[in-house]
Amino acid sequence: MEIFGIPLQAFLGQLLLGLVNGSFYAMLSLGLAVIFGLLGIVNFAHGALYMIGAYVAFGLTDKLGIGFWGALVIAPLVVGALGVAIERTLLKQLYNIDPIYGLLLTFGLALIAEGIFRDQFGVSGQQYPVPDLLQGATNLGFMVLPNYRGFVIFASLAICIATWYLIERTRLGSYLRAGTENPKLVQAFGVNVPLMVMLTYGAGAGLAAIAGVLAAPVIQLTPLMGSNLIIIVFAVVVIGGMGSIMGSILTGLVLGLVEGLTKVFYPEASSIVVFVIMAIVLMIRPAGLFGKER
Amino acid sequence: MSATTDNRSQARAHAQARWAWGAVLAVLLAAPFIGLYPVFMMKALCFAIFAVAFNLLLGFTGLLSFGHAAYLGAAAYFTGWLVKQAGFSPELGVLVGTLGAGLIGLVVGLIAIRRQGIYFAMITLAMAQMVYFVWLQAPFTGGEDGLQGVARGTLFGVLPLASDTTMYYVVLAIFIAVFLGVIRIVHSPYGQVLKAIRENEPRAISLGYDVDKYKLLAFVLSTTIAGLAGSLKTLVLGFATLSDAHWSLSGEVVLMTLLGGMGTFAGPVIGAFTIIGLQNFLADRVGSWVTVIIGAIFVLCVIGFRRGFVGELLAWQKRRQGAG
Repeated sequence: MEIFGIPLQAFLGQLLLGLVNGSFYAMLSLGLAVIFGLLGIVNFAHGALYMIGAYVAFGLTDKLGIGFWGALVIAPLVVGALGVAIERTLLKQLYNIDPIYGLLLTFGLALIAEGIFRDQFGVSGQQYPVPDLLQGATNLGFMVLPNYRGFVIFASLAICIATWYLIERTRLGSYLRAGTENPKLVQAFGVNVPLMVMLTYGAGAGLAAIAGVLAAPVIQLTPLMGSNLIIIVFAVVVIGGMGSIMGSILTGLVLGLVEGLTKVFYPEASSIVVFVIMAIVLMIRPAGLFGKER
Repeated sequence: MSATTDNRSQARAHAQARWAWGAVLAVLLAAPFIGLYPVFMMKALCFAIFAVAFNLLLGFTGLLSFGHAAYLGAAAYFTGWLVKQAGFSPELGVLVGTLGAGLIGLVVGLIAIRRQGIYFAMITLAMAQMVYFVWLQAPFTGGEDGLQGVARGTLFGVLPLASDTTMYYVVLAIFIAVFLGVIRIVHSPYGQVLKAIRENEPRAISLGYDVDKYKLLAFVLSTTIAGLAGSLKTLVLGFATLSDAHWSLSGEVVLMTLLGGMGTFAGPVIGAFTIIGLQNFLADRVGSWVTVIIGAIFVLCVIGFRRGFVGELLAWQKRRQGAG
């Protein structure tokens, strides 16, 4: 069977790959949006935290014999703690100055992380094995779905929706949203805003690490994997607008799919399609699809 | 403190500054004869032009472009291809390369000035990454290898540039012209409007200025000069590669400007010489740790040294004047 002259299997395979990438975009842009909302910092280090998450999982499995599932729990905690340390020692000093300094500081942190990991692991890729439980593939009739890829999409969606629920539907989330609007007033009402800010950055870092661990078995691990991804995620964030949580998730998924489709029909353009879409969206709707013009 | 002592100390500061500039100029002119390696000096001067161009935008207009390597890289490729494959003379290759970078700057600028502040940074970074991918795949850039072996040729058909000393003085002359040109732009009425936009954009709008037009022109000027730096770099070193267009270079030019002192004239030049010198010194000694060290300088600058060398010096001078 063919679709637009392309074998259906290959077509659906690329679409699936696009959806897998899209779920990483969604998870990372979600974290970026939450951090930006409360801290006013565009976290360039988000890509580095994602990369560190993947490498922590690699180290746990390779050196300590802890499997994928253990790593999926431990790595985000480790990276989250790292995030808390970064927020306490460095980011804390930047809250009252121009937000570009936050971008520059986290850019410096990303360089440091990248340099250290390149020194340790070189630039050639490492492989992380697919967990035993999710080896193999399931025949869905119209396509063969590798189990692990299906799991990644399912897990990312679950995490995104859980985060959305936490922020939009719980009491804690309402504090968080209020803190985004007016931190001084929220502090005056007796909420410990600095603690909330610290935990938010930690949680954002942990979220990036989860994405890193989930990505580890489907990609080559390299120290550069984070920076390459974060720039695309920036474009995703500009397209979606950082105002809405659900907007970030949807934009990430859709752009992953679009990228997958481009790979089928015009592979040369697949690495730039997200940026082209960004340019078009900016011309038509500068605030982004889900953003509000300030 | 009376007005006369104030004037006197100001006059003294001006005299000191004149002496400092004179000394720097003397060292630059004498460089090939006092043991300063000319290829290093030329490379540093090219990046100084790059940083001066970048500072016109960040320091004097308040726009953080996080993708300035795109323009340096584009001009580097254009000039490299024109001189090597199309047989252009060096002056024409540099001219077309520079204008080409400015044209890309115009397109990116039209898109990017639709958002402000931190979004502007993200958009310019994303657009630069797009340009990078185009170079990665375009047939004329030589992919991962880049364009190698670009000959310097003969300037205006009379001056052969093969000698490093000759080339050095050409680069130095262009650097001085750019440096003085940027000072002129900043002090012009146009530059004053840019400053007003940097200080308070809504007020500039309410005074009737079409700020988008002003910002766009600043962006195009800055990207064109960045292109000039790239074109010269290709002639000097004889190659153009993907690293000329990579985001890490976009970050480095931010660091050069920040470290030297953004919004000052000498700052970006000092920053460029410091960073290029440091990279040169560390390259064979520490391997991947260069990146770590550059990153650490970034962090330290942002945390505790936001005025940079020149900014700190000026602040110190002011304090002393205030005290004396």
